[in-house]
Amino acid sequence: MSAISARPSHAAQPSGSAFILKKALISAAVALVLFSLMIGVRTEAGPQGGLIYWTRFGDLAALVGTVFGGSIIIELLRQWWGPVDKEHIVPKPVQAAMSFAGRWLAPALLVFAFLVPVIFYNQRYILDLSILVLTYVMLGWGLNVVVGLAGLLDLGYVAFYAVGAYSYALLATNFGLSFWVCLPLAGILAAFWGVLLGFPVLRLRGDYLAIVTLAFGEIIRLVIINWQSLTGGPNGVSGIPRPTLFGIPLDNSDDGLAARLGIDFSPTHRIVFLFYLILAMALLTNWVTIRLRRLPIGRAWEALREDEVACRALGINVTTTKLTAFATGAMFGGFAGAFFATRQGFISPESFTFQESALVLAIVVLGGMGSQLGVALAALTMIGGFELFRGFDQYRMLVFGIAMVLLMIWRPRGLIGHRAPTVFLERNQAISSDLVKEGHG
Amino acid sequence: MSATAATTPLLAVRGVRAAYGKIEALKGVDIEINRGEIVALIGANGAGKSTLMMTIFGRPRARAGRIEFDGNDITGVPTHEIARLRIAQSPEGRRIFPRMSVAENLQMGADATECSEAEREAGLERVFALFPRLKERVAQRGGTLSGGEQQMLAIGRALMSRPRLLMLDEPSLGLAPLIARQIFDAIRTLNRQDGLTVLIVEQNANHALKLAHRGYVMVNGLITLAGTGAELLQRPEIRAAYLEGGRRG
Repeated sequence: MSAISARPSHAAQPSGSAFILKKALISAAVALVLFSLMIGVRTEAGPQGGLIYWTRFGDLAALVGTVFGGSIIIELLRQWWGPVDKEHIVPKPVQAAMSFAGRWLAPALLVFAFLVPVIFYNQRYILDLSILVLTYVMLGWGLNVVVGLAGLLDLGYVAFYAVGAYSYALLATNFGLSFWVCLPLAGILAAFWGVLLGFPVLRLRGDYLAIVTLAFGEIIRLVIINWQSLTGGPNGVSGIPRPTLFGIPLDNSDDGLAARLGIDFSPTHRIVFLFYLILAMALLTNWVTIRLRRLPIGRAWEALREDEVACRALGINVTTTKLTAFATGAMFGGFAGAFFATRQGFISPESFTFQESALVLAIVVLGGMGSQLGVALAALTMIGGFELFRGFDQYRMLVFGIAMVLLMIWRPRGLIGHRAPTVFLERNQAISSDLVKEGHG
Repeated sequence: MSATAATTPLLAVRGVRAAYGKIEALKGVDIEINRGEIVALIGANGAGKSTLMMTIFGRPRARAGRIEFDGNDITGVPTHEIARLRIAQSPEGRRIFPRMSVAENLQMGADATECSEAEREAGLERVFALFPRLKERVAQRGGTLSGGEQQMLAIGRALMSRPRLLMLDEPSLGLAPLIARQIFDAIRTLNRQDGLTVLIVEQNANHALKLAHRGYVMVNGLITLAGTGAELLQRPEIRAAYLEGGRRG
């Protein structure tokens, strides 16, 4: 709004109150010129088709006043903060607090996640939301392997989510296979499609790769819509069986879990079970990724992200490295898809649009490419935040957009841009570098 | 076997042609590198020096001719398998991994060949003995190193695969003369102490020919001159083209 005060500051910064006032007045004048026609005069077609208009000077005055005040506030804030690119020396206690938070945030989140069903047992809405968040955390962690670690921009990740979901749905409804048999099958099938996508895009990078993966995501969705005899087309697949606890159904029947334990049946049991199921699957994804990062294949992924030519010079097999990244990421997407299908009980192509891919990609980019904690935090913020603003439906996208722009200005590498090294030469070296890390806050 | 091993060169390139699309970069190149030798390949920009190095490494593939390593034909062998034969290269422009730490960069070199923990430790010790600066910076990100340190890291990374043949593409590119001399000294040390065979591609003909036992001069995809380093340094056409060219112009 205050286009003038948003201009980058010059080397020699004037800072007197006269300067601030002048700047605010200019901003207000510009606002007055712009808004006097846009807001101040309202026109409409009259009953006879003629143009009638009336004035809204009160609204105009309020807006100009807001610009004036806002300009002063922004200028004061900027003078307090200093130039954007300046290194800020964080005071020692704040540093210590931040490093403390950094070290305990992940374990605290984990403990909290385990306790969610206990704390919110009676709040079905929060439990459902937590399951949704965890699904996106898992998808984010899965895509993180492809985008964050291997640096392959994949805009069609939802395809693997869809493959996983439809694998489970079709295998379960047609052959009566249980969730626990279908889960690995869904992962394998998704990984297979990941390799299939990987082959044609082996030589592509950046924009070209993004376009082809985008198209791949659409192809899978269109095939699902049009292959009516197999997938049910736009009608989707319904009656997908609910998961069982190793063969024990979680329902109101005589051999259900509640009856066997001799407790009263409650539909919440199934929700809690689903919650722990997706939590376990997400943590498995995280654990596997962390383990892989320490192995040569994980290092090769990260090296590939850094410099493909150097990888070739070191004799890394770029083909298998890329394909394993696609396959691993796709496999986790497939697992998440199978979970989605069993949770919903009904799936249709509408759940697997490009918007899902974009959302998961946004989670990975906002969280910080390659950072596991960052991705989890971003998923929590984005999915949770979306729900939080559900009341302000009109402004939701606006707030989301502004938050994204601000984040990219202040933290261009994402929420957690720090990359933890995986190779240490000696044990004491590992400790010393940890101590060094604290200083960066 | 030992008799043949002594007589066959470690690397023999015979009549190799390579091209990028329709543009022929190598028009029938013959070079030989014997065990324990430093061989310099000099020439102007675009002469095909780097292409030759990359063709030895399998990319681009040779369209004609034959490349033999230790008596075995390696023409057309995929790049990652050539690396496993313990041919290492430090590519042009260093190309270290900027967001990975120095330790991780070095580990990437070791990953190329299956090596035991002890061999890895020994490799690290060798690299750190050669470039003590790297040991000081071991936990730092590669991108934060200076140009000279990055070149040291690139060479160190190549050394971590315990190469039998080390190929260096313009190791002095963009370095201050003093730093370049340190790099060349390190190469000489490697050759004298460990008997490492080195192929060095350079535009800095003076330095490279003083360092090398033998040298080849490349012009437009062909080897035009060959001889010992000292011989080549005395040749008037070399002096004119690569050593005094700037002064005369």
